Formats: sequence, C-alpha cells, structure tokens
Amino acid sequence: MAIFYVNQERVDVGKSVPADTPLLWILRDSLNLTGAKYGCGMALCGACTVHIDGQPARSCQTPLSSVKQGAEVTTIEGLATKEGKALQAAWQALDVPQCGYCQSGQIMSAAALLARNKHPTDADIDEAMAGNICRCATYVRIRAAIKEAGKRLSA
Amino acid sequence: MNPLRIEPVSTGRRTFLKASAALGAGLTLAIFDVDADAQATKAANPGAEFAPNAFLRIAPDNWVTVIVKHVELGQGTYTGLPMLVADELDASWSQVRVEGAGADAKRYANLFWGGAQGTGDSTALANSFEQYRQAGAAARAMLVAAAAERWKVSPEAIAVKSGVVSSGGRKATFGELAAAAAKWPVPASPALKDPKDFVYIGKGAPRTDSKAKSTGTATYTQDVKLPDVLTAVVAHAPRFGAKVKHFDASAAEKVPGVRYVVQIPSGIAVVATNFWTAKTARDQLKVEWNEDTGFNYSSADILAEFKRLAAKPGTIARNDGDAAAAIDKAARKLEAAYEFPYLAHAAMEPMNCVVRLDADRCEVWNGEQFQTGDQAAVAAVVGLKPEQVVIHQLFAGGSFGRRANPQSDYVVEAASIAKEIGKRGVPVKLVWTREDDMRAGYYRPAYYHVLRAGLDAQGNVAGWQHRIVGQSILAGTLFEAAMVKNGVDPTSVEGAASLPYAIADLQVDLHSPQIGVPVQGWRSVGSTHTAYSTETFVDELAAAAGKDPVEFRRLLLANKPKHLSVLDLAAAKAGWGQPLPAGKAGEKRARGIAVHESFNTAVAQVVEVTVRADNTFRVDRVVCAVNCGLAVNPDNVRAQMEGGIGYGLSAALYGAITIKDGGSAQSNFHDYRVLRINEMPAIDVHIAPSTDKPTGVGEPGVPPIAPAVANALAAATGKRLRVLPLSLST
Repeated sequence: MAIFYVNQERVDVGKSVPADTPLLWILRDSLNLTGAKYGCGMALCGACTVHIDGQPARSCQTPLSSVKQGAEVTTIEGLATKEGKALQAAWQALDVPQCGYCQSGQIMSAAALLARNKHPTDADIDEAMAGNICRCATYVRIRAAIKEAGKRLSA
Repeated sequence: MNPLRIEPVSTGRRTFLKASAALGAGLTLAIFDVDADAQATKAANPGAEFAPNAFLRIAPDNWVTVIVKHVELGQGTYTGLPMLVADELDASWSQVRVEGAGADAKRYANLFWGGAQGTGDSTALANSFEQYRQAGAAARAMLVAAAAERWKVSPEAIAVKSGVVSSGGRKATFGELAAAAAKWPVPASPALKDPKDFVYIGKGAPRTDSKAKSTGTATYTQDVKLPDVLTAVVAHAPRFGAKVKHFDASAAEKVPGVRYVVQIPSGIAVVATNFWTAKTARDQLKVEWNEDTGFNYSSADILAEFKRLAAKPGTIARNDGDAAAAIDKAARKLEAAYEFPYLAHAAMEPMNCVVRLDADRCEVWNGEQFQTGDQAAVAAVVGLKPEQVVIHQLFAGGSFGRRANPQSDYVVEAASIAKEIGKRGVPVKLVWTREDDMRAGYYRPAYYHVLRAGLDAQGNVAGWQHRIVGQSILAGTLFEAAMVKNGVDPTSVEGAASLPYAIADLQVDLHSPQIGVPVQGWRSVGSTHTAYSTETFVDELAAAAGKDPVEFRRLLLANKPKHLSVLDLAAAKAGWGQPLPAGKAGEKRARGIAVHESFNTAVAQVVEVTVRADNTFRVDRVVCAVNCGLAVNPDNVRAQMEGGIGYGLSAALYGAITIKDGGSAQSNFHDYRVLRINEMPAIDVHIAPSTDKPTGVGEPGVPPIAPAVANALAAATGKRLRVLPLSLST
C-alpha cells in the first residue's frame, strides 16, 4: 500500500488503484485538489507541476509506482513556503495571470527556483521555467514577478 | 472544510486518508458548487438584494456583484466590464465581485452581434462600454434617491465616493441603502460621467481574478465536481469526417470503473468514474473506421490545389481603378507568393464540457464563448427547447477562438454522450486529451496569397493586386447567410480588402475552396495572414524603391491618422533610424516594422532581431504602439499586447499543423512547438492617447509581429521569407 503525504496530510492508496495512475489524477480526481492542471499528459507543458520532497515534478508523468513511500507532495493549495507566498503576492501585484490555467504550475516551478536561488538571473529563470508553457504568453510578467518576489524575500 | 478530509481514521497531527475507496468506487469528495459564493449571498439575504438591471446586484452585506455577459478567457473582461459599472456607481473596487452570465440573449446579447450572445472579434469592452456604464449610473441614481429620502435632503446634496454615500455628516454604505434604493424606479437613461471625473476608467484597476489564478482556486471546466459525476473520453477518427464502421468494447468494458461505452456521431465514448480509468479503457477499444467517409488528402495536395486556383481570377472583394493595367505600364513590377499553414489554437486547457441531462432540463458547465449558439445546439441534440438548456459560465483556460465553435463541436459531443448513456441526472464531464484537442481540426485555415504591384519611375506604388486562396471559416455555418456577401467571406480578406495604403488602382480577389479539414476563427482571424503578406510586401516595395520602410508607409498613410499615430509612436520609441548596438562576432542585427489595424484597433510593432552565424535567430525586443481609443484599463492593454505578441510570435516561429492522410500529423507540444519563456522578447508597449470610444485589444496585438520579424530578418540578411513558419535555413 502506497503511503505518502499531500500538503502534509497522509494519503494511503490501496492496491486496487492501478500503479500506472499518474499522481496528477490522484490529486485531481481522488483528492479534489484541482490546482495542478492537466495540459499535455507528457511532461511537455508544466501545468501539472507539484513539489515532491521539495523538487518540482511533472505529476502527469509521475506514476503512483514511482512515488516513494513517505514522500512529501506539495500542490499549489498547500504551498506555504516563504518563497511561495512571495511569488503569489508578486503574481497578484503585477497581474501576471491572463487565462490562468498554467499559473499554478508556473508558481510551483518558480517556488522551487527561488528556494535555491533568491536572485535568479534571466538565464537562471530561463532554465528553471522553460518547461512551463503559457499560451497567453505572460512570460514577460512571470519573469518580472519572479524577480520581484526575490526582492521581497531579501527586503 | 478541509478538502483532504476524506475518511479520517487517525487523529494525529496528520489526517489518514484512503484514496483507494475514491478511485475504486468513484465516491465523490467534497462536493463543489461553482456558484457557491453567489448562492450563499442570495440564501443569506433572500429578497433583500438590490438588482436594478441585468448587470449588477447590491447586497445588504455591501458586495456589488457585476454580471459579466462575456467569458473570461484571459483577456481581462472580468475586470474591464466591472470597472465600467464601478466607475459610474462610484463603488470601491474592493467591494466588487464578478459573476459570469448564463445564456440569455434578451439581456446579454453582444450588441455588435445582432441577437447572439458570445465573445469574439475583440468586442467585449467595446460593445459594453455604454451599456455597463449606464447600469452603474442607474444604480447610483437610485442609491442617491434613497439616501436623499432617508436624510430629507435634495439629491444634489448627496455625494458618493468609493462606496460611501454621504451628505454632510451622514454616511451610509451601498448595502445599507440597497433595500430602500430597490423601491425607486430605474432611470431609463441616467446621466453618465464627464470623462474628467472617471475614477477607474483610463486609470486602471487590479484584475479581479489574479488571486484565484495565483492560488489554484479559480474554477475551470476541468475542475468541476458534481455529485456522481462521470468522466468521458472519446476515441475519435484519425481522418476528418470518418465514421465508425464497427467497434469492439469487450476489453474496455472490463476495466474496473468503466460504466458505459457508447457510440456517438463523433466516435466511441468511454464513460468511467475518473479520467485515468476512462483513458486506460479507451486505449483498449478496437475501432474500425469507415475510410470511405473520411478526408484523404495531405498538405501538399491542398497547396497544389491552392496554386492551381491562384492562377485564375477569383471573386472580387475590392476593386479600385484598374490594378492590372496600372501594373502593366509600371516601370518596375514585383510579385510574391505566400504560404500559410493550418494552425491549432492549442489553448492550455484542452476542450472539455460538463453536461447533466434531466427529463426537462439540461445543464452545461463550460468556459462558454458562444452562449446562445451552444445552447441551441445542445437543445437540438437532446430534444429540449433552448430555454431548457441552462449554461453555467466558468473560467476558460484560454481559447483564442476555439471555444466559439460554429458547430459547437465539443459541447455537442458532451451532450451526445449524456443523451446516449440514457442515465438521467448523472453529470458527464467530457475531457479531451491534448492529442484529441490538437487532432480535432477547427484550425486557422491554410492560405495561399499572390501579390503583384508596380512602382513608377519615382518609386511610388502603381497598382496593387492581391489574390487570396483558402477555406472560408463561415461556409456551412449559421453565419454564412448573414456575413458572406457576393461570394466573399469577409473574414478571409479582412486586412487585405481594407488595405489602408493610398493606392488608386487596387484589386483584391478570393478563392474559397471547400476542403475536408474543419476550420474556424483563430485569434485575429483574417489578419493572421493578410497582415503578413501585405506588410512584408509593402516592405519589399519600399526596399525596391530605395526608401525607408517607415517613410514609405507614412506617405501612403497620410489620410489614416490612427495608423499614423502608432507608426510614428512605435518608430520614435524604438529609435528607428538610429544604429542598433552590434551583436557578437558573426551576428547580424536589424530592425523591422509592421503596422496593421484589426477590430478597429491599430497596432505598430518594431522588432529587433539577432541573426546568428548558423542562420538561427532570436527576437530580442519588440516596441509596440497601440491606438485602441480610450484605454479603459491601460495595464490590461499592455498585457494584451504582450500576450498577443507572444501568441503571434509562437505561430511565426513554429506554428504548423500539417495534414497527412486526412488527419493532423501533430498531436502534442513536442511536434506542435510553442513559444517558451526563453524565447520571449523584451516588450515595451506604448498607448497612443485618444478620447475616442474604446476598441478591442484581445486580438490586435497578434497580426503585426510576424511581418515585423520577417522585415527585420530581411533587413539583416536580404532574404524575404514567404513561407510560414519562418526559417532562414530552408
């Protein structure tokens, strides 16, 4: 029986659940955590990004069988780090979202970036965020908001 | 309620959950009502709300709820329309919230679309500008009347500011006055503010949806939870138009959690307790398609047919003077042909729709871009009257035109499944995978253009002939009768037939072949291709005449003040004419410009490109000038220009659906590449000052970017690119 934690709550997945079920659909269809989005199912767009043990992961390509026992999964609903909060504040201050569908994934990727690097350069941002597609192309503001959040963290 | 508290069996620091029960038996967890907030307000204050018209309600708890008739799909209408109400009402922005309107053409028709209710053509703000201001002004007048009566003063002695009604030392909130205000007659034509008194319009207000969209709480169709909801995934034909010959569902039906496998007109639907079960089962379906019924050609066949047609005159869309004769006698003649591929919209949220069918009622949950069209289409499928179809409006995870489908394709598919399973009252959520979405057709049509022009001895344009070949997006739709005039689909030639340049002898003609690839509007519609061919060809003429591209355009636009305003503004802000900083060794840098009007908004963009030694290139910076009349929400105008540039650049660099054996050769973002953050240029947006009525900004940022990039590449390399997407290597 797979046991892991989602937003600090213990999740116990029975054997009847197919082992190839992607974490994304456990989150969305079983746990009613719909912040992580389905966009491509192939880890190409990043809309499904969550953290597993602090690292950004594409939950659409994370089968249950690969989630380690005791792993800590964090979704946008449970994002409580100071980096996460600073990013969400910056996202609102700069009105980053347009349609908004990709933004949970954008913020989760950005939170992982800021957790290891408070002052990312443009190249750092490109590297960390190029896996997250935004079809509204809010990229200019995503970049600015990451830098703004970094500033707020060191203020 | 904690959404994770499914089945607590431990009271420790952490709650113990059993996801297995939910997955296996399809238990529905934490029932989510998409209108919960609004309904809670109504329930708490029955009958006490002040609703002077269809566009706002004021509750005793002081919330002002603005009902927005257009879908929020990123363009900012859930902020722009409430700003109009809040300004005339003198509400505080913090007391304003938004509700999406269902289908009700009598109250919520798009005033630019006759009787239809829908969102498109960048009309949301433009058609609502006076309507929503009047709604706010009427409510304000009634609040003032109520306060004047209560305080026994004249209405002139009442002031309203930031949601507070006052007179001398007396003060009241809107909520406190709501019940009394509701008793006053609704003024038919309330006085509107003098623009100098605007508090939000022209200044701006924060987006109403930024918080929900930054915290994962915004509800899209994909997120709808309803009691006993089932998820449907459909096996579609590999070829456009192919029908099911027969199918074997025996393996699919054995997958635990599968409830129904049914045939519908568009394929075979697998209906299960959750998405992964439905998709797993779909993969085990055996479907044989009747190949005789499907489209059976490829992109090369289509292009060959377009070229054959382009050799013959088409249906005239514009004919000034005698273009052929003028070109014949010109000192120099130029000719160029352009190829445009099919384009997928590829919104982040693949198409989806939730339908709950009962005996005398059908509910639809959708990011609904064409309420009345979809309502009628669903009614026809399920055998109800349109008014028995209730639409619940949700956020749309992008659209770019796709969710205003003239055939209501995915909405009808969802309704067909609900009807076919025959289980009344059970909601069905249709979910398309990315592959379903990309292969479903309804693309921006492929086009082929041929342009010819002459230059006289002084380098002036002498004659312009523009022939356009491509599918009509209106053919076969309910819009065809009303919009196609004299055989010309205006959306195929917009931007070309409306060429702004002063050229006496000008002809535009059109061939609209019928091809079995489904097509529809795509952000900025005809201008997606006409801006490219006209603006690169004008640039080519300027170069041939030995003139500066800005000066050349300026002379031809002498009577087009809106175009000139953005051309001059973009050129000035970009430092046009001044040298660009050099690139690294082996790199070439250059600027290019394009100007184009769409949906009554003029946009000019100056692009800076760097071409590397290996012929790859990057777009470094875009300076954009926009004239959209009065900019109601300037920051949103900037956001839409930024996004439009990114969306257009994505198509310019990578966008192509190629048709192979009657279907799409592309299926996901690995083979339908889109722009990523590392490819996004820096963007400076400048808004031309204007006091004219506002015009739209959702689409007009798109058309100029591709020709501006191509013109910059030509300036850097001398190479004129006439095949999209752009490549210097082929």
